[in-house]
Amino acid sequence: MSTLQPAATPESVSDEVIAPRTKVKKPKKSAAGDAAGALNSRWASFVAVVIAVLWTTPTVGLLVTSFRSQIDINKSGWWNAFANPGAFTLDNYRQALEPGSSASFTQYFINTIVITVPAVLLPIFLASLAAYAFAWMPFPGRNVLFVAVFALQIVPLQIALIPLLDIYTNKLGFGASYWSVWISHTIFALPLATFLIHNFMRELPGELMEAARVDGAGHVTIFFKILLPLLTPAIAAFGIFQFLWVWNDLLVSLIFLGGTPEVAPVTVRVAELAGTRGSAWYLLSAGAFISMIVPVIVFLALQRFFVRGLLAGGLKG
Amino acid sequence: MALKSTRRSAKVLAALATVSLGLAACGGSDDGGSTDAGKDSGATKIDCAPYKTFGDLKGKTVTVYTTIVAPEDGPHIASYKPFEDCTGVKIKYEGSREMEAQISVRVKGGNAPDIAYLPQPGLLKTLVATGKVIPAPPETEANVDKNMPDWKTYGTVDGKFYAAPLGANVKSYVWYSPTAFKDKGYEVPKTWDDLLKLTDKIATDNPDAKPWCAGIESGDATGWPATDWVEDVMLRTAGPEVYDKWVAHEIPFNDPAVATALAEVGKILKNPKYVNGGQGDVKTIASTSFQDAGLPILDGSCYMHRQASFYSANFPKGTKVAEDGDVWAFYLPAKDESTKPVLGAGEVTAAFRDAPEVKAFQTYLSSTEWATERAKTCGTGGCLTANINVDPELLKNPIDNLSAKTLTDKSATFRFDGSDLMPGAVGAGTFWKGMVNWITGQDDKATLDYIENSWPKS
Repeated sequence: MSTLQPAATPESVSDEVIAPRTKVKKPKKSAAGDAAGALNSRWASFVAVVIAVLWTTPTVGLLVTSFRSQIDINKSGWWNAFANPGAFTLDNYRQALEPGSSASFTQYFINTIVITVPAVLLPIFLASLAAYAFAWMPFPGRNVLFVAVFALQIVPLQIALIPLLDIYTNKLGFGASYWSVWISHTIFALPLATFLIHNFMRELPGELMEAARVDGAGHVTIFFKILLPLLTPAIAAFGIFQFLWVWNDLLVSLIFLGGTPEVAPVTVRVAELAGTRGSAWYLLSAGAFISMIVPVIVFLALQRFFVRGLLAGGLKG
Repeated sequence: MALKSTRRSAKVLAALATVSLGLAACGGSDDGGSTDAGKDSGATKIDCAPYKTFGDLKGKTVTVYTTIVAPEDGPHIASYKPFEDCTGVKIKYEGSREMEAQISVRVKGGNAPDIAYLPQPGLLKTLVATGKVIPAPPETEANVDKNMPDWKTYGTVDGKFYAAPLGANVKSYVWYSPTAFKDKGYEVPKTWDDLLKLTDKIATDNPDAKPWCAGIESGDATGWPATDWVEDVMLRTAGPEVYDKWVAHEIPFNDPAVATALAEVGKILKNPKYVNGGQGDVKTIASTSFQDAGLPILDGSCYMHRQASFYSANFPKGTKVAEDGDVWAFYLPAKDESTKPVLGAGEVTAAFRDAPEVKAFQTYLSSTEWATERAKTCGTGGCLTANINVDPELLKNPIDNLSAKTLTDKSATFRFDGSDLMPGAVGAGTFWKGMVNWITGQDDKATLDYIENSWPKS
């Protein structure tokens, strides 16, 4: 066995028992071909458009609602708004952006960015290192360990909240701080990140690394000089995924960071927009769109990678 | 390819940075537009002597965790000013609408705030069971004995006094439109029978409107407005003593007394002739949010809406809430005029850190100085406190003023919202759920049996 033989994924372990790899690969390829053919038909396009419209309608409704006054929202559905375009107002946005009793929206945006950037970069870095080990470094128990890491994906993060908080406050002593949120988000993201990047990494030709080996490169050089640049699509895909998750997260930051204006992210502000007894609910649609701007831009900018990266785990060849 | 991607991600980052900066600028330019109520008013000087006994507290910080968020938090923060000036303690305020769920997590995780405003005495009981709640100092207890003797029991668990009551609200109100009543010649009813008669009269006079409107949808807490209905009527049909037994489960939930009260509520809420103004049939009560439920009063499709004093915040801006305004509230009448049961609720302040500055702040919050300051710095209303020694005239908001008078009325018998005192499984669980099922068609007996069976056995 060479050092550079790809690690068996859980799926191929069972495959190998039943049949040799080559035999499995062939029908898969044609299945993908069939699927591609079917998806190109006019009917499929039509269905896709219908689904897209159905899927987008509520968002459009929300957008229209965000420009209507409280009384109008109460009186009639958003589709009636077009009958009287003069009634559109920016008041909801003005009120939503108005500084609360102690902080403006800017503060919350900065907090969110401070939370998000490390909470995206940390898991990417750790997961790609782990993925490299799982994919290209044979060591005893590798498959079991990999399955175990992936299995952690099934554990709901909610059950870890109290024990984690206890560890942060009583054992590590940094209680409610950015560290708690960064580390928590990293912990919760690692299983999926490792799995995604590992699957992508395994598809890279082993000859590349073998050649590097021959030229005298060690694991570290191979990882940083050869693999990391090639991993861009997978990293970008996971990056968007994690970015959207952290940006939209309310629970984790509420628990590990608290809701004081100095540290709370935008989601906390939006959740609180409606007021103590929910009487200002009509501001929520505007608040949602304000907090949506950045993720939409990030998604549009990186979406090509997103699609490619997602396919990396699924269709082979 | 690698080079290209790097450049692209650099571009993306640049775009990101620009956007966030742009937003930052937008948010920033809004500053100064609004001033918080109370922030401008110079802090009142209070007598600092009571807090000297706690030693030198300069530079200490006390964290407060509440359910009260912007814009209502501003006046609260302003009301701490005299204490901060006196002692040099800094109060760090944090409000969250998810506080009721969060507080348990934080306490168990060892990250509790110094002081929490608990909106339900039932929650205090749960938290005391964790062993993390610190009993109130004697100074606070003395204040409570003096300023809110009737409420002391809500901060007491197993004979030990933990939490001083704080804010209060009155739930026994019926919202109505004074103008509509005047135009039609309706009188504010003085007894329960009058109320039923008026209801019937409105229904006959106005075929295209309904006398009552109601809504019990409230997210996770859907059903609570209906439990308030039952409690309020229970106080009227069975009286406060039976009510106490019912809340303490000394009589079963499906006791005939409760059945009578529920049937009485059903006379209004389950009569398609009487509900649901502006919304539709009886079942729409379950799907109408409590925030929207009373609004049809404004356009005349509904005449009466039973809801607490804090409902005034739900009327759209520009609505005049006053005796001679667009909407006003009358006391939900009792059997006859000789009794005056009042249903209400409020917060209690639990402490989680054993320190002099926390104790001093607890004492301040239970003092008349604080309650007076709260009334003075009050912004949009909702500044009623459990303190009976505050001059009601200080409360400028009409509904607060009315509530203060209702609470301090000599003939009034106050009772705390029963569902807040019952065990969480019932008071914040099956009682809510049972009422939703009841509204959507389940009969009285099945509903009461269901709730009775869910009462924790221990």
